[in-house]
Amino acid sequence: MCQDCGCGDPNLVPIEVQHRILERNDQTAIHNREHFSADSILCINLMGSPGAGKTAVLEATARAAGNPRAFAALAGDLATENDADRLRAAGIRSRAITTGQACHLDAELVHRSLHGFDLDDVECLFIENVGNLVCPAVYDLGQAANVVALSVTEGEDKPLKYPTMFQKADLVLLTKTDLLPHLPHIRVTKIYDALARVMPDPQVFTIAAINDSGMTQWLRWLEQRRAKLASSAPATHHHHEHAHAR
Amino acid sequence: MHEYSIVQSLVDSVESVARPYEGGSVHHVYVDIGELAGVDCDLLQTAYDTFREGTICQDAPLTIERIAAQWECPHCHLAIRRGEILRCPSCNEPAKLAAGDEILLRRVEMEVA
Ligand SMILES: Nc1nc2c(ncn2[C@@H]2O[C@H](COP(=O)(O)OP(=O)(O)OP(=O)(O)O)[C@@H](O)[C@H]2O)c(=O)[nH]1
Ligand SMILES: [Mg+2]
Ligand SMILES: [Zn+2]
Ligand SMILES: [Zn+2]
Ligand SMILES: [Zn+2]
Repeated sequence: MCQDCGCGDPNLVPIEVQHRILERNDQTAIHNREHFSADSILCINLMGSPGAGKTAVLEATARAAGNPRAFAALAGDLATENDADRLRAAGIRSRAITTGQACHLDAELVHRSLHGFDLDDVECLFIENVGNLVCPAVYDLGQAANVVALSVTEGEDKPLKYPTMFQKADLVLLTKTDLLPHLPHIRVTKIYDALARVMPDPQVFTIAAINDSGMTQWLRWLEQRRAKLASSAPATHHHHEHAHAR
Repeated sequence: MHEYSIVQSLVDSVESVARPYEGGSVHHVYVDIGELAGVDCDLLQTAYDTFREGTICQDAPLTIERIAAQWECPHCHLAIRRGEILRCPSCNEPAKLAAGDEILLRRVEMEVA
């Protein structure tokens, strides 16, 4: 019987379900995760506001690591391939994913870009998501960890305004810290406090990509995450309904 | 604005739920959206009303239930209110999200002949 619109229609059948609306994306994300675990690749979903310094962090990572062959990147962008070009110039093999209207990457876009992408010897794949503090957090891509770049110029209460993004973050990189001397009104302790109200177990590293500071801690974290991945997931062969182009 | 792509997935979900009721029509759709799901309910409603034309959901209004975020201690189950430090003051455990990140199709009302 219809409850709400008062039409009194006796031919109404209510079907109660618990159907995840993004189930198809989640299935594809699981499939991507199998790709990464079969190849022992740590996949990082790097998110943040437009201009938070995501690409700059990856450029600095390549400089600091010594072996950029160990890294690869997919760079999501609404319109340009600029970030992928920058990352290639930094020595990281990269592919651009131009999303057009879409404000975020989804698992299918990532999967399509994986196939035919040479990931030999890659230990860590970065997915630089579209610059946006809302939408990217909604879509699982198959990553092992979410990292959010938050620049010190964005305001102390950013985490409180975008709780979803930070709630899903495994790590926050507080970027552009070289600018702090010029920002006397910004208190880093306030940013930490805001993060603790939206992230249950906040992990925060401070970074200034411009002068490579903070890179050691970040590289160590990546190494630890990759080691954890290797110990927790024995590389099983995953099944495919589609042919691999690689 | 990912609400349009969510509506697309929602319509697909309704289609799969309605499939066994061949010949019936979708009369009403109910979803649960968590406060921390990253989905704007007003935008979702607008996107749905724009997008449902010509789909199986054409004549079915959408009712959205907003689910409040609920944090609690995984150890002693103490509720931790939103806006507070997300760590149990007595156990020092990081809080767990008990509800509030769902993007769920909950109920489809079908009109059958
Ligand atoms: N002072 C300073 N500027 C930085 C730093 N990192 C990035 N920038 C500047 O911030 C701007 C944006 O940096 P990007 O690395 O392009 O930021 P992004 O997050 O990748 O940007 P989108 O991909 O467009 O969202 C550029 O002008 C950078 O030069 C830093 O550590 N210090
Ligand atoms: Mg960038
Ligand atoms: Zn595949
Ligand atoms: Zn969006
Ligand atoms: Zn407790």
